[in-house]
Amino acid sequence: MKIFIDPPNSLILFDLVERSGHEPLSTMAAIQEKIDRTEIDMPPMNLSLEDVMLGLKYAGIEVPSGVRGRLAVWGPMIEAAEAAVIMEDCPYSFGCVGCHRANLMVRYMIKRKNIPVLNVNYPNNEDEATDLVVEIREFLEGLK
Amino acid sequence: MIKIAQLSCGTEYSSVQYEIDKAARSVGASMTYPDVSASDIDAAVERFGFKPQSPQLKLMIARAVQLADRKYDADAVFIATCFRCAEGALVRNELRRFIQDNTKLPVVTYSFTERLKAAQLLTRMEALVTVVTRKELLARERQTGVTVGLDSGSSTTKAVVMIDNVIAGKDWTPSGDVIRSAETVLENALKEAGVLMKDVEAIGTTGYGRYRLGKHYNAKLVQEELTVNSKGAVWLANKQRGEATILDIGGMDNKAITVRDGVPDNFTMGGICAGASGRFLEMVSKRLKIEVTELGSLADKGDWRNAKMNSYCSVFGIQDLVTTLGDGKTFEDVAAAACHSVAEQVYEQQLQEIDVRHPIIQVGGTSLISGLVKAVGEVLGSKPIVPENSQYIGAVGGAILSSGFLEG
Repeated sequence: MKIFIDPPNSLILFDLVERSGHEPLSTMAAIQEKIDRTEIDMPPMNLSLEDVMLGLKYAGIEVPSGVRGRLAVWGPMIEAAEAAVIMEDCPYSFGCVGCHRANLMVRYMIKRKNIPVLNVNYPNNEDEATDLVVEIREFLEGLK
Repeated sequence: MIKIAQLSCGTEYSSVQYEIDKAARSVGASMTYPDVSASDIDAAVERFGFKPQSPQLKLMIARAVQLADRKYDADAVFIATCFRCAEGALVRNELRRFIQDNTKLPVVTYSFTERLKAAQLLTRMEALVTVVTRKELLARERQTGVTVGLDSGSSTTKAVVMIDNVIAGKDWTPSGDVIRSAETVLENALKEAGVLMKDVEAIGTTGYGRYRLGKHYNAKLVQEELTVNSKGAVWLANKQRGEATILDIGGMDNKAITVRDGVPDNFTMGGICAGASGRFLEMVSKRLKIEVTELGSLADKGDWRNAKMNSYCSVFGIQDLVTTLGDGKTFEDVAAAACHSVAEQVYEQQLQEIDVRHPIIQVGGTSLISGLVKAVGEVLGSKPIVPENSQYIGAVGGAILSSGFLEG
């Protein structure tokens, strides 16, 4: 199944989903696809004006461009998602350093899609981390 | 290579980072990002005191703290956030203050949309680089020898001939062909000064046509209008020492610059729409069937409170004007309302991005519209100084600064 992960660039969540035999939907893959477009040269992420305009599908013109640009990347992934794993209260080193407004909208879009969602809290110690991995694995196994 | 530290949120996802880098490269600078460890971010935000929700704004704050603590070396600072983001706007402005309070680095702030192009940033980036690389030249207080300043603006082209710190000749004309307009005003200014072209020791060009004019006249100085206008303004107002704010409401864009001893340390440039520019006053004059030069004295006799004109857009502003005239309001009140509307918008859209320092020196062609100067004074609570020859700031600045190349 296609699993949306949040933060969308979390390597740990990506790895857990992939090991469970599912397809993680992540920023890394979406941006890689854009970077591979040789016809566009707009470093660092090769996001073009057209990409940002695609964000209008999810938020109006009065919404800041940074939010629309993010939604242009994540919106199609959420549309394609069949389930999601969301990590709450994670530190900067765990995932996306981004825009709070865009993050709020992502959560709302996942909720509105009405797909199975696992919300987990960032672990504070090793025991919690072990429990977290078990919980995520069980959720992902249950989706099969 | 000049290092401009970038403190920003949203540039990558707005597809504008490439344009920012391009603008910096084109003026011999590079954008750099103060190194921050993830573990430093919370402490930096705590110290700063403003705690935004967005992680990238927190990262901006942590980068600013690195600059303030001299842990990261940069020559200038560029602070940018998305247009229409309230949280971003608050952090952007407070970080600008924080940087100015804790460093001597020149700062420019910007709110961008996805349509930002490098050309829009060019003048700002060039000014940042100029402030860093030409500090000594900008500190120059006297003009020497026989020099010429040419200011190729969007509305008018101006020439000034200066001889030993005195304006000896000057002329202006509405801008047409860049070279031909400059040739006309230069010829007249030289004639008034009683000197020949061969006597001119140096030329300085500024304004939109500066590169073409610089090449055409083999100018010693080709420089953006932010730093050149600042020099011209403080020289004309005789306020070369201490602090001041220079306000230039131009035909196409507006500039608000704070200076310390004649050198800019913060500036804002542009305008979201023509409703806040001199062009709007031209449109109003046309509709009132008067010359724009008459608008000021007409406005002086009116009261803006009697006529409604508060649109942000020049087209809707004119619509307000038509409605107001239809209601039987006087030309005087309408002219006053137009001036007040421009002053209010400049205050709302631009002066919020700098800390206004007194005195305020109002310059540029629109400073000759007395009603606008009065309106700016009312909005800011302090009457601006309008020096003699205030419309020639760019040309005067060009003549003064170009004379710096005559020595040594």
